[in-house]
Amino acid sequence: MKRSEKIITNSVKIAGSSSILFILLIFVFLVREGLPALSEVSLKDLFSVRWYPIEDLFGLLPLISGSLVVTFTSILIALPLGIGTAIYIGEIAPKNVKEILKPTVEIMAGIPSVVLGFIGIQALSPFLREFFNLPTGLTALSGSILLAMIAIPSIVSIAEDALYAVPNSYRDASYALGATQWQTIWGVVLPAARNGLLTAVMLGIGRSLGETMAVMMVTGNAATTFSGLKSVIMPVRTMTATIASEMGEVASGSVHYHVLFFIGIILFIFSLIINISSSTVQGKSKQERGQVIS
Amino acid sequence: MRRYPEPKESRFGITRQQSQKIGFSFIRLISLITVLPILGIIVYIIVKGGSHISWEFLTSMPSDGMRAGGILPAIVGTFYLMAGTALFSIPLGIAAGIYLSEYAQDSYWTRFIRVAIISLGGVPSVVYGLFGLGLFVLFCNFGISILSASLTLSIMTLPVIISTTEEALRSVPYRFRVVGVSLGGTQWQTITRVILPQALPGILTGIILGLERAVGETAPILFTGATFYLPHLPSSPLDATMALPYHIYVISTQVPGMSSGVQYGTVLVLMVFVLGMNLIASLIRSRARAKRQW
Repeated sequence: MKRSEKIITNSVKIAGSSSILFILLIFVFLVREGLPALSEVSLKDLFSVRWYPIEDLFGLLPLISGSLVVTFTSILIALPLGIGTAIYIGEIAPKNVKEILKPTVEIMAGIPSVVLGFIGIQALSPFLREFFNLPTGLTALSGSILLAMIAIPSIVSIAEDALYAVPNSYRDASYALGATQWQTIWGVVLPAARNGLLTAVMLGIGRSLGETMAVMMVTGNAATTFSGLKSVIMPVRTMTATIASEMGEVASGSVHYHVLFFIGIILFIFSLIINISSSTVQGKSKQERGQVIS
Repeated sequence: MRRYPEPKESRFGITRQQSQKIGFSFIRLISLITVLPILGIIVYIIVKGGSHISWEFLTSMPSDGMRAGGILPAIVGTFYLMAGTALFSIPLGIAAGIYLSEYAQDSYWTRFIRVAIISLGGVPSVVYGLFGLGLFVLFCNFGISILSASLTLSIMTLPVIISTTEEALRSVPYRFRVVGVSLGGTQWQTITRVILPQALPGILTGIILGLERAVGETAPILFTGATFYLPHLPSSPLDATMALPYHIYVISTQVPGMSSGVQYGTVLVLMVFVLGMNLIASLIRSRARAKRQW
């Protein structure tokens, strides 16, 4: 092998491993800036219910519960819409309708979240305020609806892949037994694709939890604790929005600064768990299917 | 063996055919609810923003505290960020894709790389912002600059480019490699002169979709490169810059008494950017599919 070629080959190999370097760097720098928070604020204070940085109150519970309320509600909206649309595209729609629907969902995935946030302020929040007769339209629900629009495209595309991966012989066998197409979808195709559908839901949750701009712009950003079903139509503050809105104003190296990085660590670990476990589920479903066919 | 429910002749007093009809209409309705808001939002933005677009709006500086005048610095800034992101992420992403498709064996290290790529793809955008602040702005001392923001966006874009490059390379049939090597080419010559040209459309699509996402992002540049207002255009990579998504955030939440014409006009410009890239990517894809001979 020529020397120049050897150099090129080696640099390609190094580039191949760069992702590992970057994920480690992210972790190292989050920990470097965020871990001091644990020595400056006691664990008991971190997990208390008051977030009021001006008075050195750094209770993370309202932020965590805010993120959970918004994410959970958004998935309740996105799940039926996303899976339903995937079923329509994958199993029912005639070809020409499919050719319109698929690009539309792709476009949906491309709309920047700040644009959705803007529409949320201009159109959605005023509408919700009128509809529910609220003092303000900037609520968890407004955030959830926007998040659902952000999560739906990824749910649709992964769920559609999962449906597509179900072998046609399954459908044929079901029809041969006299089942209608609808019974086949419910009784055969969906159960066979369940691991892929689960992956779709998990990644949807991941996207919702990590989304920042749209949520920050429409949820009102009040650090309230969860108080039952009513929380959904009240202002909330999520972890991501807290980082985004406060990081610009803190002095680097202050307690507040360290705590914001600590929230970053929590988000990072959440996202790792969701992504790695969903890719394991997906890998497993491929294996299972391989066994059935062979 | 899993037992699937037996097809029943009727349930709740309706026949199977009737329940299929009801089910299908329900799924159609769900798909309609999913796509209508997106189409509605796009039409709404075009109608409300279109009248404000003029040559002057695109090419002049903001005035009256951004309530009037144009958005030139934000457009130029977005171009700079896109170019910077492309500069770092394209060579690294393609090299990593080549490594995974052409060199990597199925080893624990390779699996580790894949887990790292999946994890990078799931890291919340605001956490990328924190990471960029910690590493590029403070540790490397690049300050709040185009350079820091581009590097942060590059790492965020990397997983998209790597996985589409790998997929595009893998879809080139094995016999192309055999022919390349049998004609006396080295592995690297075969890759650059035979495989890469064949996979180029797929790789280009991935690059455009990755950059499209980077262009629309706000959270990663919030504390790494974006600034509220600049009286002049940035003159070096170490200057902070205005950018379209951040500008939309600023004028929709931070500036009181904003004219809605400027707001919708700016949103429309960003949408044209993003949807234009989306359109180019799908044109490349469909043209390549039509031309492909294997």
